[in-house]
Amino acid sequence: MVTGHVYALTGAVLAGLGLFAFITLRHTLRQLLAINVVGAGIFLILGGLGRGADATDPFPQALVITGIVVAVALTAFGAAMIVRLAEARVATKAATRPDGGKPGP
Amino acid sequence: MTGAFDIILCLMILGAAGIALFVRDALAAIAFFIAFGNLLGLAWLGLDAVNVALAEIALGAGVTGVLLILARARLLALGDDATCADTSAWLRAGALAACAGFVLLLAAAVLSIPPESGLDRAVAPLMPGLGIENRVTGVLLAFRAYDTLLESFVLLGALVAVWSLAPAGVWPGRPADLGVADVPMRRVARSFGRFLLPVALVMAAYLVWAGSDVPGGAFQAGTVLAGGLMVSAIGGAIGLPRSDLPGLRVALVLGPLVFLLIGLAGMGFGGFLVYPEGSAKAAILAIEYSLFLSIGATLALLVAGPNVIGWPDPAGGTDRHSDC
Repeated sequence: MVTGHVYALTGAVLAGLGLFAFITLRHTLRQLLAINVVGAGIFLILGGLGRGADATDPFPQALVITGIVVAVALTAFGAAMIVRLAEARVATKAATRPDGGKPGP
Repeated sequence: MTGAFDIILCLMILGAAGIALFVRDALAAIAFFIAFGNLLGLAWLGLDAVNVALAEIALGAGVTGVLLILARARLLALGDDATCADTSAWLRAGALAACAGFVLLLAAAVLSIPPESGLDRAVAPLMPGLGIENRVTGVLLAFRAYDTLLESFVLLGALVAVWSLAPAGVWPGRPADLGVADVPMRRVARSFGRFLLPVALVMAAYLVWAGSDVPGGAFQAGTVLAGGLMVSAIGGAIGLPRSDLPGLRVALVLGPLVFLLIGLAGMGFGGFLVYPEGSAKAAILAIEYSLFLSIGATLALLVAGPNVIGWPDPAGGTDRHSDC
């Protein structure tokens, strides 16, 4: 087995692991982390399959750098949305409490 | 053919990912995610992709880690400790079966493709025409410049999206203060920030310049700049700017705008994003330096988050009302 395949297979397992966590974890922040793991796995597949005998293909490298930046942008937006959602939830809870409503999720 | 190093590293990556995903405490999960990002950086070094290793450690581990820690701290302040309730065993069994099948299919697909660096040979003879030697920079800013142009707009768009999440009535304002509350700690962080910011600026400027010929480039450099800005903001050495500051707007838009203008100027030389012969390196450097400034400012503000109500102004709360 060649080096490229070892990393690409690791990427495949990471993508599956992240997907499993995304389905079973029941908190949005943890799901955001899981998406990042899936992304990292896919990047590793791209990079691993571009690993030749003497060099690594510059095209997947450039693609992965672009992908990492977009993943960070997505994570920032996701994190901001999660915090905003929690704020809205707290505000609703505070508004419903006086008339005896159950403060549940 | 495979070194033991690669296999051990891959096992460590999988272990770190497993802990990051399934440990109960959210802060421990994020800490392991950062370790996972750094191990992944080592994997990219193992693949001889130093440009990607730099980007992965700076952005994937560093900036994403800070983002997640900040989000977790803000959730904790709202009474949410980000631990997960247990899901039903049926769901987990089903998900396990589906994901195992997915991994097997993916692994079969991966194994059916022999790894090769075919395009490396296609790119190599084209590099002298650009006057730079780093092939990844060549792909990012010349051969596939269109992708990078759109990517710089994605980053800007993400910041606009984050800003649009501000509660009603606080625009134009500032993002939440990143500073640590504890006074002695803040003092340490402040002097460290004052020391770090100029170093980060010099190092980032060097990374852009070096990125033409050796690993480096605008995105890695922009992240270094953003890191310096964030540490300075955490110590209170610099304040976060108002979102409607004209200078800030210029800094955010400069990179994508210069990229777009040089791209449009290329229409005179044969097509969109075609660089004039002989001055390709000058065009690439002009784009990279403006991109690096914009990326640094955008990333730092992405981490800071949307504007909030009642920002405690260290310079005195009065000027906030007087210049509205």
